[in-house]
Amino acid sequence: MSRFEYAPAPESRAIVDIKSSYGLFVNGAFVEATDGKPFKTVSPASEEVLAEVSEAGPADVDKAVRAARRAYEKVWGPMAGRDRAKYLFRIARLIQERSRELAVLESLDNGKPIRESRDVDLPLVAAHFFYYAGWADKLEYAGAGPDPRPLGVAAQVIPWNFPLMMLAWKIAPALAAGNTVVLKPAETTPLTALAFAEICQQADLPPGVVNIITGAGRTGQALVEHEGVDKVAFTGSTAVGRSIARSVAGTDKKVTLELGGKAANIVFEDAPIDQTVEGIVNGIFFNQGHVCCAGSRLLVQESVYDEVLARLKRRMSTLRVGDPLDKNTDIGAINSAEQLARIRELSQVGEDEGAERWSPECELPAQGFWFPPTVFTGVSQAHRIAREEIFGPVLSVLTFRTPAEAVEKANNTPFGLSAGVWTDKGSRILWMANQLRAGVVWANTFNRFDPSSPFGGYKESGYGREGGRHGLEAYLAH
Amino acid sequence: MDSLADVTSSEDRLRRFLLGLPGVDQVGAEARAATLSTRSIKTTAKAYALDLAIQMIDLTTLEGQDTPGKVRALCAKARRPDPADPTAPQVAAVCVYPDLVATAKYELRGSGINVASVATAFPSGRSSLAIKVQDTKDAVAAGADEVDMVIDRGAFLSGRYGLVFDEIAAIRDAAGDAHLKVILETGELVTYDNVRRASWLAMLAGADFIKTSTGKVSPAATLPVTLVMLEAVRDYHEATGLHIGVKSAGGIRTAKDAIKYLVTVNETAGPDWLDPELFRFGASSLLNDLLMQRTKLATGHYPGPDYFTLD
Amino acid sequence: MPTKDSARLDIRKTYKLYVGGAFPRSESGRSYVVNDAKGKFLANASLASRKDARDAVVAARKAFGGWSARTAYNRGQVLYRIAEVMEGRHDQFSAEVAAAEGLSVAKARPLVDAAIDRWVWYAGWADKLAQVVGSSNPVAGPYFDFSVPEATGVVALLAPQDSSLLGLTSVLAPAIVSGNTAVVVTSFERPIPAITLGEVMATSDVPGGVVNILTGSASEIGPWLASHLDVNAIDLCGVEDPDEARDLEAAAAENLKRVRRPAAEDWLESPGLSRLTQYLELKTVWHPIGV
Repeated sequence: MSRFEYAPAPESRAIVDIKSSYGLFVNGAFVEATDGKPFKTVSPASEEVLAEVSEAGPADVDKAVRAARRAYEKVWGPMAGRDRAKYLFRIARLIQERSRELAVLESLDNGKPIRESRDVDLPLVAAHFFYYAGWADKLEYAGAGPDPRPLGVAAQVIPWNFPLMMLAWKIAPALAAGNTVVLKPAETTPLTALAFAEICQQADLPPGVVNIITGAGRTGQALVEHEGVDKVAFTGSTAVGRSIARSVAGTDKKVTLELGGKAANIVFEDAPIDQTVEGIVNGIFFNQGHVCCAGSRLLVQESVYDEVLARLKRRMSTLRVGDPLDKNTDIGAINSAEQLARIRELSQVGEDEGAERWSPECELPAQGFWFPPTVFTGVSQAHRIAREEIFGPVLSVLTFRTPAEAVEKANNTPFGLSAGVWTDKGSRILWMANQLRAGVVWANTFNRFDPSSPFGGYKESGYGREGGRHGLEAYLAH
Repeated sequence: MDSLADVTSSEDRLRRFLLGLPGVDQVGAEARAATLSTRSIKTTAKAYALDLAIQMIDLTTLEGQDTPGKVRALCAKARRPDPADPTAPQVAAVCVYPDLVATAKYELRGSGINVASVATAFPSGRSSLAIKVQDTKDAVAAGADEVDMVIDRGAFLSGRYGLVFDEIAAIRDAAGDAHLKVILETGELVTYDNVRRASWLAMLAGADFIKTSTGKVSPAATLPVTLVMLEAVRDYHEATGLHIGVKSAGGIRTAKDAIKYLVTVNETAGPDWLDPELFRFGASSLLNDLLMQRTKLATGHYPGPDYFTLD
Repeated sequence: MPTKDSARLDIRKTYKLYVGGAFPRSESGRSYVVNDAKGKFLANASLASRKDARDAVVAARKAFGGWSARTAYNRGQVLYRIAEVMEGRHDQFSAEVAAAEGLSVAKARPLVDAAIDRWVWYAGWADKLAQVVGSSNPVAGPYFDFSVPEATGVVALLAPQDSSLLGLTSVLAPAIVSGNTAVVVTSFERPIPAITLGEVMATSDVPGGVVNILTGSASEIGPWLASHLDVNAIDLCGVEDPDEARDLEAAAAENLKRVRRPAAEDWLESPGLSRLTQYLELKTVWHPIGV
């Protein structure tokens, strides 16, 4: 019997229209940058240059913040919540209408599989705008007191792992609460944010309410340090979050930070085994492991260790790594050469420290940035790969004997973003959920997101919540 | 798993074994099936899948109004599914009630196509063991190559696993050399935990195949139910080295659906099961849709139903 | 030679710190003179050092697990008990607040009333907080999803320099009612009411280590607490110099402490929820719904 080989099933690129170069989106229009150098954004799957993008320098940042301030004072702040809601609903609908195009663009620029950008990212992006649209005229019921007021101009800096979704998580609640925004997408994934700028134009959003400026760390730093900013929202690494927290010290800026993680995914002997294996895979290989809440530390009860590992490896052998635009791809490209180097380095450290490395046989494309799904066994709490965020498709496996030991190991980290628990015993789930010091606990599931569900970390994973009623509080004075 | 023989040594042990199987989380199982459904099977892969699906069909008629004439027509269709295209493969079997086995056997002589017969007071299974055994013997005596029995769902749901086991074992004996497919009627078992337990119970009792449904109860086959059964045969193989087949029956009408099942087979039990010896579709109208899609793929045009034979 | 009719000679007190339920001296052996608002000697207080702060953090961390795991109802009872014990020492507190803040006893009494009432107010919050700030989240899928508040951990409180009891209560009660444990650096010049509050803690039902009270200088100890990696949050209320506050906030960034910046406060005003929610983490739990 011949094997069932899936023929290539590429999603068409024809639906996207990428310009050769992009300006900054300031005050409702695309403008040339005045003091920055242009840079290129590439497809991580092929290293093909997709477009040239402007770098916003300090003068550009200043213009954008001023535009946001004007829009806040003259238009968006005074506007009735009902009308702000309508703009957000419009944007949500436009995103739905253009969702295939945006999904393809996201996969091209980011490297994530089209199956995920199409089935996870884009639906959540639209849902996020729908959810917060409905809040815009109900803010007095949001639990932030009887007279909630917006903060003013929000500086928002987002990462490259979920470019459009992180944009939605930032912009939707900010606008619903009556703030205006200057948002900087990550330098490796600016294209969907620029497409979103077009959507703002399509929606006739008043100029200056949303400003999108592109650039790297310097641009972000200039933005968050700008004196005209009332609120800073950042998602990214703990190191950058820390420096932002330092830079806003002594100011009146409100801050929310959604930072790194090293989540424990805890498997008990009575777990629903097949769904658990799926959850482990989804926990660490979803989005190439470029997920702050990834279940990167698998804690398995010793009594089922062999069985779980055997099943996990068998399942990993069916993962399809390759072209992000192929509809059958499970794992796409690593977002950048820099990130790939970091994953390689930490994996090497894992080997050097004596952990055993395993990957299924898989052919990686010659061009682009690729890393196979990888599992390290024989890992202890002392290994760097059990402590540091790798932010790639690399799983470290540890074991435990008792629930108390599982909790101890799970909490033994400066991070506290998420955790997973797999067991069929209800009382144990609730006990574990109580004990785990993490902002999100997924029990018998993993990596689920919803606009109504607050998300954010304990400890060095940051502060503030995104999503739900609580996500609004970050953008309201109270 | 080294003590699999032991687990059937007493009803108590059997019960403890079945209740000790890992649970199935409904939401997770359905999410996995939904993800597998998003596989996009194109061009050469589609051609392969369509032909394979045809070869996996148990072309079925199980109606009160069945006649020898109807069965003869069905057998002709089984031999030459697409009169316009001799490259279209044959189906795996024709599935009928016991009284029509002889007719089917005669019509299919020399074709290599098996005759499958439902038995054991199909579809409800509500009669004495003696009658079920006799029903089976009749079918086999009339020439059935495969017997599709039903389990006693009432006994299963009330926890009398020993009774269900003994009945399957008795039918196993009565069926002799015929291949035994054990119908779990998953629509009546309701939970995936039950489906997993019933799958193991049937395999331990000697099933060659485990089959989802009679087709007379809704829901019949679903993708997640099939997924759970494929996990069971995979795990059984891991434990014993034996390959048990899976048959999804009822409600699978389109080529698109059939391909989703083949993807699920491929990525759950593995490529070994992409074989009519180990995976079957119990279906009737599915065949024509597979043939239409096959023609579309070959010619580039969308054909219409008038170009395919009714039976 | 003693004279018969001379006034009884005072016993001059040297107060100690309150750490882990005990009253140790500063490990540094240092103490300082506390005068009243008019410059008259009141007592000697221990001058806490960085090592005292370190010990206090250890005690607070040790107490955190047990205190945060108590039922909300029980924590409410314990806070109410604090109010009861304070009520019994009302005269003492009034005299101390009057001396510390340069008020008449008549003017001090309402501040003590307000402080005790504030403990009662916060006591009542213990078992309502989760209902008010938690939520059940209607996610678009077959999942039960809820969010509950939990204590942040060890909180360092640089207590207000001016309001020696009411201000202190207003920063301390909201921190501990939800299950946090606290390391308090008292008003430098007005520590006596805080010291007495420590005695109240020791004689009510507050477990040792939940509240730790260090008398001394926020400028000296603050930086050690702000940079301490086992402290989860810090209230800079008692820091009066903006540059110092900025530096403490910057130091607190090292482990992403939750920071409450100093701000003008009217302690008699209704406090609202902001201090309560300042030291809360929100935990969201998902579980599939299936059969």
